[in-house]
Amino acid sequence: MDMKTDKKKLGLKEKYKLLTRDLGWETTYHTADEVFPYVKYEGIKVHDWGKWEDPFRLTMDAYWKYQAEKERKYYAIIDAHAQNNGHLHITDARYLSALKLFVQAISPGEYAAGKGFARLGREFPGVGPRVACQMQAIDEIRHAQTQIHAMSNYNKFYNGFHAFADARDRMWYCSLPRSFFDDALSAGPFEFMIAIGFSFEYVLTNLLFVPFMSGAAYNGDMATVTFGFSAQSDEARHMTLGLECIKFMLEQDPDNLPIVQRWIDKWFWRGFRILGVVGTMMDYMLPKRVMSWREAFEIYGAGNGGALFNDLARYGVRLPLEWNDAVKALDHMTHQLNLGLYQWSFGTAFHTGIPSDEDMAWLSKKYPDTFDKYYRPRWEHIKKLKEAGTPFVNTGLAKLCQVCQIPTPYTEPDDPTALCLRESEYKGELYHFCSDGCQRIFHDEPEKYIQAVLPMPQLFQPPLGGDIGAWMNWVGLKNGVDNGDYDGSEDQKNFAAWRATATSNQ
Amino acid sequence: MAVASTKPYIGAPRDTVANFNGKQLVYVCWEHHLLFASSLMFCVEPEMTLGDFLHHTVRPLLEADPDSAALDFTRAEWQKAKIAWTPDFNASLAANGIRHKELLRFHTPGLNSLGA
Repeated sequence: MDMKTDKKKLGLKEKYKLLTRDLGWETTYHTADEVFPYVKYEGIKVHDWGKWEDPFRLTMDAYWKYQAEKERKYYAIIDAHAQNNGHLHITDARYLSALKLFVQAISPGEYAAGKGFARLGREFPGVGPRVACQMQAIDEIRHAQTQIHAMSNYNKFYNGFHAFADARDRMWYCSLPRSFFDDALSAGPFEFMIAIGFSFEYVLTNLLFVPFMSGAAYNGDMATVTFGFSAQSDEARHMTLGLECIKFMLEQDPDNLPIVQRWIDKWFWRGFRILGVVGTMMDYMLPKRVMSWREAFEIYGAGNGGALFNDLARYGVRLPLEWNDAVKALDHMTHQLNLGLYQWSFGTAFHTGIPSDEDMAWLSKKYPDTFDKYYRPRWEHIKKLKEAGTPFVNTGLAKLCQVCQIPTPYTEPDDPTALCLRESEYKGELYHFCSDGCQRIFHDEPEKYIQAVLPMPQLFQPPLGGDIGAWMNWVGLKNGVDNGDYDGSEDQKNFAAWRATATSNQ
Repeated sequence: MAVASTKPYIGAPRDTVANFNGKQLVYVCWEHHLLFASSLMFCVEPEMTLGDFLHHTVRPLLEADPDSAALDFTRAEWQKAKIAWTPDFNASLAANGIRHKELLRFHTPGLNSLGA
């Protein structure tokens, strides 16, 4: 028999108070500094954690309820996708390169973000932000899981998906996002918040997810679209948390502004480097394209980001230092990175290809000032080499940037004919960079970045000692199957054969 | 500030020359030849002559560029450590002062088949 109670159910306000703010206490037998050892060393001054405003006032019980509901819907659709041969409903198997790159390079970033927010859920002295960070930690792990599950059905049929976890740790192109998250995870809690909560979730996430999810929709990939919808309501909460945190830091003490600004400068540029991969997916990997990378940046980067920085101007925050370099790079970066992915595709766990005539017509329409002038001649030449039976493979490995770890494929902001080459000496060692931004980031914290494990130089050290075959085994790359040109690949043949059985009497 | 940290913090570089079994890294950039998406990386013995390095190690990788047949290393304009430099092709990399992770840049005015 149920116990009779006098009180009705808790009201929302009361429940929020009990389940959030009242969970904290004043320390007595240890000092607060001993209990929260990482909140002061970065130099951020906080006078009153009580001033933190929770943007959502979400309590854990409500959180579990919402998320469980979303999970049920999500997995129902994923099951339907598998049972209805969703792997055959995509526009073309060429599309899968974007998915492979995503699950190898981006999904592990969700997991890393989950680790970071779990740490913040312990390290912030304020109860409000702690609870919000704990929820975000669970969200991020859920995003990693749902992305991996969305793509696991493709893994049953296509190559290049199977070793994504090893790729995350070991693949040279994955070191770009991995180093980004490792850098954030090894920073203090406030910098992590600016890195992931603000720069990544607020300034850059729309550029990452909106084009990617609409790309999936345009190309018939229901699994990924469903993941996108399932994550979308979380993303809104994450964006708000990031913005709330930056405003809180800036309102607490005027001395925080220069520190916050330095982090905004740094993490905008690091994030922009990751977006080079996303832009390349958009411009080169989608058989049916949504919009060009340039157009996406104009809407979600310049438009939304510009408005955000106008809003923050009242705190004294200005645009990130390299904003103009980013704008100058828009017409070039995806072409330059994709050219690299093609020539090093013996070492990629996804396929690349020479753009078709139709692709090139689209690219010259979208990039009227640059594609025909700079990039078409290179592809025409590469096409000739392939037709002559000597396809272009660049077995000379690339010089990497010490900070962002990409193979320095980008040109000077004001001269698209000259590679951007930056070098510095620190404690007798030479270091190379892809840009002024990465060079500046290095010199702010050189002791951190000299420890970078750069994939190309590592390949020539023991135990691999320059053995490419041994390297392929180590990264989980099946030579001749996972890598190389899409044209002639097993994925291409299988897709054609399976589609033929579905659409004809063969 | 060398790093923001809670206590004194010294990093250890991962790519020092001691890790390469007697070899060293050298980077080479053929300026304005952007068929090659990045400067090229080589792991070679410092006793190798610069001429051997360029002719036997570097040149084969440049053959994909239509200008490679006309490429003459001795007539190129060279830069090392960001300043103009006159290489000695018969001397070793070490004797040329080419350090571990040195970037060598060469410019070949007039060779410009692919337009960039």
